[in-house]
Amino acid sequence: MSSESSVLYDAPGPKAIRRDRIYNIVFTLGFLALFGYLAYRMYQNGIFDERWLVLTDPPKGQSAGDVWHSLLARGLVATLTAAAIAAPIALLIGGSLSVVRRGATGRVLSGSAAVTTELARGLPVLLLMFLAKLVFGWSPLWSVVFGLVVYNAAVVAEILRAGLAALPKGQREAGLSIGLSPMRTTVLIELPQAVRIMLPALVSQLVVLLKDTSLGYIVGYQELLRVVKLNRDYFGDYYLVPLFFVGAIIYILINLSISRLAIWLEGRMRRSKHVAKKDDGSSAMHEGGAEAKRYAANTGYGTGGTPGP
Amino acid sequence: MQTFIEEFGFIWGAFLATLSLTALSGILALVAGTVLAAFRVSPIGPLRTFATVYVEIVRNTPLTLMFFFWVFVAPAFGFVFPQLGFWPAIVSLSIYTSAFVCEAMRSGINSVGIGQAEAARSIGFTFGQTLTQVVLPQAWRSAIPPLISVLIALTKNTSVAAGFAYTELTASSQRLMNANPVDGLWIFFGVGLMYLVITIPLGVLAGRIEKKVAFAR
Repeated sequence: MSSESSVLYDAPGPKAIRRDRIYNIVFTLGFLALFGYLAYRMYQNGIFDERWLVLTDPPKGQSAGDVWHSLLARGLVATLTAAAIAAPIALLIGGSLSVVRRGATGRVLSGSAAVTTELARGLPVLLLMFLAKLVFGWSPLWSVVFGLVVYNAAVVAEILRAGLAALPKGQREAGLSIGLSPMRTTVLIELPQAVRIMLPALVSQLVVLLKDTSLGYIVGYQELLRVVKLNRDYFGDYYLVPLFFVGAIIYILINLSISRLAIWLEGRMRRSKHVAKKDDGSSAMHEGGAEAKRYAANTGYGTGGTPGP
Repeated sequence: MQTFIEEFGFIWGAFLATLSLTALSGILALVAGTVLAAFRVSPIGPLRTFATVYVEIVRNTPLTLMFFFWVFVAPAFGFVFPQLGFWPAIVSLSIYTSAFVCEAMRSGINSVGIGQAEAARSIGFTFGQTLTQVVLPQAWRSAIPPLISVLIALTKNTSVAAGFAYTELTASSQRLMNANPVDGLWIFFGVGLMYLVITIPLGVLAGRIEKKVAFAR
């Protein structure tokens, strides 16, 4: 943090250190007061009363085991199932789309791959899920998977396209010069390198996919959020806060750990010497570099963090 | 096809609802996100911590969960919206999007050359002056393409309001598909087209600006 932002202000002198210390204390106290007030308001609204017993000793003759079983073994497992089915399919289709778009010799083929990705990327995932559920008449699980696959395959295709565009030109030329067809050059030479460069972005996309499984709540798939709601319908609105709290913590913890993985991967990659370097400098590569940056900025991670030249 | 044409008035109203959700929460998120980005690069520790924690939590929360909170959970905390539908959607979308705006702005700030900030400091500018008069005006330019991507995502994210009692485009398609399953595919294409009418021009605009910014560097 300090290394990237300290350029905006001088290293503090004795006067500034004193001033900063005062600011620090004032703002810390301010935030503490704010959170204290919010906690007090919550207390007044009875947030901290015996409603939390629903997690340890629930009413209506249920055991704590029943509640946790429904939240974890049903809700969380359903969420992870949808993500685990959708992620590999999306990766496969997205990979194929990006290969066709780059490697196909025919304009029609690569053009239609481009149009498909653009369209799939521009539609809301929920609309796709409704299409599968209401028009195709699929089950809730497969409607969720359909929506996730169509959207994420398109995004994966875009990420890989950015990775392919960022590779040094020589890689493709070398493949073609030893007599590989354009398609095989793309698959054998370029794609493995593109996947490696864009691995952080791909992992970050996993967070998006996992977050979007919660749309299953709307199309009637019994994932984590829906199970929270079902428990609330059974026990009563009074018990919603602790149930929601558990659901939110689970989502945030899983997503945070995947995000951390992406950051770690990126740090490792920046240190590693074996990865083909993205080359922002030359004009031929610039498009790809910019594209990769845009994705990084979008997902929040990635090359956008480094200061410009 | 028949249904889409007959119900076009209904769909048009839903289209305007989607547009107003996008516009209002977009503006709110832009303001909040810029302030958060300023917090994240500020010399004052507590502000940095606050903005970092906010962004990390919000970005890793599913939007559906955010809606669920404001619609079902918030009343327990004493926040009750006068009516469901529009305002919970605006609040959820603004909070959610502001975290992504903050990240886009921050990447813009980081893309401004170090020399710019150094020059500003060397002529005696304070942090506030450096940020507002030298860095932010330049950061804006390179932050615009990612900001437009955030706006495109926001347009599509407004569809989540369909699950929480607000009739925007996706909710309208849901209702029409339920009523006329035979025409479902046409309704899907029609409504999809209305989303693309918003998102594709934005995407083209982002690409253009990106090229311009690339030349300016």
